[in-house]
Parts: sequence; structure tokens; C-alpha cells
Amino acid sequence: MAILEVKNIRKTFGNVEVLKGIDFSLEKGQVLSIIGSSGSGKTTLLRCLNFLETPDTGVIKVNNDVLFDSSDPSTRLESQIRQKRLHFGLVFQSFNLFPQYTALENVMLAPRLAAKEKRAYEAQKDKIKAEAVELFHQIGLSDRMNNYPHQLSGGQQQRVAIARALILKPDILCFDEPTSALDPELTGEVLKVIKQLSDKNNTMIIVTHEMAFARDVASHVIFMDGGGICEQGEPRELFNNPKEERTRQFLTRYNS
Amino acid sequence: MKLIFQQMPIVIGALNSGFVQTLKLFSVTLLGAFPLGLLIAFGSLSKIKAISLATQFVIWIVRGTPLMIQLLIVYYFPGLVLHNPIWGGGESGRFLAASIAFIINYSCYFSEIYRGGIQSVPVGQTEAGLVLGMTKRQIFFHVTLLQMIKRIVPPISNEIITLVKDTALARIIALQEIIWAGQAFMKGSHGISGAIWPLFFTAFYYLIFNGIVTVLLTRLERKMDYFR
Repeated sequence: MAILEVKNIRKTFGNVEVLKGIDFSLEKGQVLSIIGSSGSGKTTLLRCLNFLETPDTGVIKVNNDVLFDSSDPSTRLESQIRQKRLHFGLVFQSFNLFPQYTALENVMLAPRLAAKEKRAYEAQKDKIKAEAVELFHQIGLSDRMNNYPHQLSGGQQQRVAIARALILKPDILCFDEPTSALDPELTGEVLKVIKQLSDKNNTMIIVTHEMAFARDVASHVIFMDGGGICEQGEPRELFNNPKEERTRQFLTRYNS
Repeated sequence: MKLIFQQMPIVIGALNSGFVQTLKLFSVTLLGAFPLGLLIAFGSLSKIKAISLATQFVIWIVRGTPLMIQLLIVYYFPGLVLHNPIWGGGESGRFLAASIAFIINYSCYFSEIYRGGIQSVPVGQTEAGLVLGMTKRQIFFHVTLLQMIKRIVPPISNEIITLVKDTALARIIALQEIIWAGQAFMKGSHGISGAIWPLFFTAFYYLIFNGIVTVLLTRLERKMDYFR
């Protein structure tokens, strides 16, 4: 059974149709890479999944549970959107760590606030801390936990941002060009962490311009063009034998 | 010169009690205008057009007219126009009227600084909070607020220093703040008349107090140097 089903997502900004009916589904443990040129709607799609944008039409289902249905106004309630967001995690291109908190505090902030809301902070605080420390171990930054974001390199900041998303245990973790703001030297460490996550069967959607990485880590690739899905399939198939002329053009540009 | 030294203790005593009134007005204005300014900032940032336009209209009126006129209006309007002199005639009534005029005036200036501060925090910070399942309230208090404060300390410092000196305007409704106390020695006060030096001498009070305020604000600014 699919963990994520997306049907006919459309989104218009002003009079520009950014998403022209997107359909896809994702199985648990699958890694989906979305590639395509800038302005093709990749980021908007991720933002729709994370409820940062509201699609004009379409249905989003997670574990067969309808999170969003444009024809059902009850799925648009602001009060419920917060809970629905937690099915998804999002790692931003520009990290967006909170500068006034240490790396560790950044990771612990959301679960701590959630625990306080349930009046369970005292009971859960040790557990939250232990989980956060364990995540820092996983991302290889145990020695930098108490640094502030501005004291970390871009690659380190992005790894902290990944830990911050992971601690909430989202069903689907989304990455929006996670390495595009990094020096080429620093992309490797971030990609390595993402690769580890895929090895542990995390379900992920990765919007990326790193074609080699997409080919390596993805179980499924979508090529988006002009707000629609131009072609999709297994990475080897899509990268080696693209069926659409547009895909071929795009890939040639990257391979040359 | 000898005369001045004879007059000094009396003058200092009178100026001190005037300065207490100055300090009270200064403190009450800050205590009122800090939170009210934030409320007004939220008003002008409101997505509801009517609220944001109404707030901006009020800000325009308050910033567009002299504080001195506002003091006079707040103080005299209830008695002269509404025939209901709510402030009474005493010093405490004048203080209350002055406080209200100052709080309204300063909260409008503060609100614009807050607004700039809130808008200068990158939208990515809010979005990061949202995708982590935080409420808008949690995001404001735990993410945006401190970053905003860091950005607004320098411009707010300017306003605070201006406020120290603006309190002198309250003498237009005969509030007995320090300049009022100094000026009184020209006409006659505490058995001294025709003395103009006490009026000039008040400048030292402002200067020293603003020195202290500047040091404190610089410290606050440094305190937030730990993040960027």
C-alpha cells in the first residue's frame, strides 16, 4: 500500500500556473528524487505537501488517510493543518536554523514545545535530550552540539537541520535542494547523511540538482518540466534511456 | 558666584523632586509603550485590511502632529469639550494625562520599529517553525521575538534617549518635572527669584541620566552578540 498518494495537484500564483496537475505515489521506504530545471514547480510541490502552500485542486493522502482534498473544505481547517504537517518533514535549501539556539537546542525545540503543550515536559525531557544526542551521533556532529549555527559550516548546519526534522519522526522526509546553497566541498557530507537515511528505509522525497546523487540514492525519479511531470521511472531507465525529448535535453545539459 | 553656592542646596532639592517626576513619566511611558507598541505593530501587520488601515491611520495622526498638542488635547479635551474634567486639577491628574499622551505617542513610534524588526526576520524562520508543527504563537515567542529584539535595540535606543528629553514637554500642562522646577526659580520659588542658572543646570541631569541609559542599552546590545 502506498504511504503517499498525490492526485491532480494544481497551483496558480496570480495568473501563472505553477503546478498543472501532479499525480504520483510513493511506497514506504522508497526514495523519490524530483529533478528538473528551476521554475519547473519542484519546490512548490514540496511546499504543497508540507502545507506551506494550499493547492488549488487535488488530493493528498498519507497511509490512506485524506490529509487534503480541495473539494472537502473540512480538510482545510487551520487547526488541523498543524497536525497534518507532522506527517512530513522538510529540510530547506537555506537550512533555516534558529540562530539564537545552539545546534542541540535547535533539534530539541519542537519536541520540547510539543511536550510542554501536553504538560508532559518533565516526563519527556530526558527522552527528548537522549534522542537528540543520538541524532547528533548519527549525523557525525556529537562534538558540535553546543555550537551556535553561525559557528558551523553550511554543511554542518544542513546536517543539524536534518536532525531537527528527524526528531519528529515524520512519515515522509522532504528535501528542497539540500545542497544548492553549499560549497561543492561541503555537499558530500550532507549527501552522505541522506544516503544513510535511505539505507535505513526512511521514506524520502528529494528535490535536487545533483544528478549523480539522484541516480545513486533514488528508487524512483520524476522529471518535472513547466509545472507538470514530464517523465518518471526507475533511475537507471530514466537517466540512461529517457523517453521524452525534453528529458534528454535536460540530462544532456547536466552530463556535459 | 557666592550667591549660587548659597542657593545650590535649595535648588538641588527642588530639581531632584522635579527629576523624580521626570523619571516617573519616563518609566511609565516605557512600561506602557513597549507592549502597546507591539499590539499596534500587530495591528498594522494584520491581514485584515480594515484593521491594518485603521491602525496605519492612527499612526499617521499620532506621528504627524506635535506631542505638545497631543498633551494639550488629552489634558483639556475631557473638561473643555465633554464638560467632564476627568483629570481633576491636581498634580496626579496631570501626571495621568501626561502618561496617557506619552504612552500613545511613543507606542506609535515603537510600533513602526517593531514592524520593521518583525519583517526583517527571514520568512524561512517562520516556515521552519511551521513545518516543525509549531503554532504561530510558539513561533513568535520562541523563534521570531528574540531575533526581532536584537534588530530593534539600536533604533529603540534612539527613541528612549529622545524620550528622556521629551518628558520636558509635559510642563505645557504644568506637570512639575525638572525643567518646570528649574524655571520656577526665575519667577520665584523656595524664596529664590530671578535666578536663571537652575534652568541651565537641569541639562546635567539629562546628560547624566542619558549616559546611564546609553551604557545599559549598549550592554543589552552586547548581550545579544552571541548569535547572528
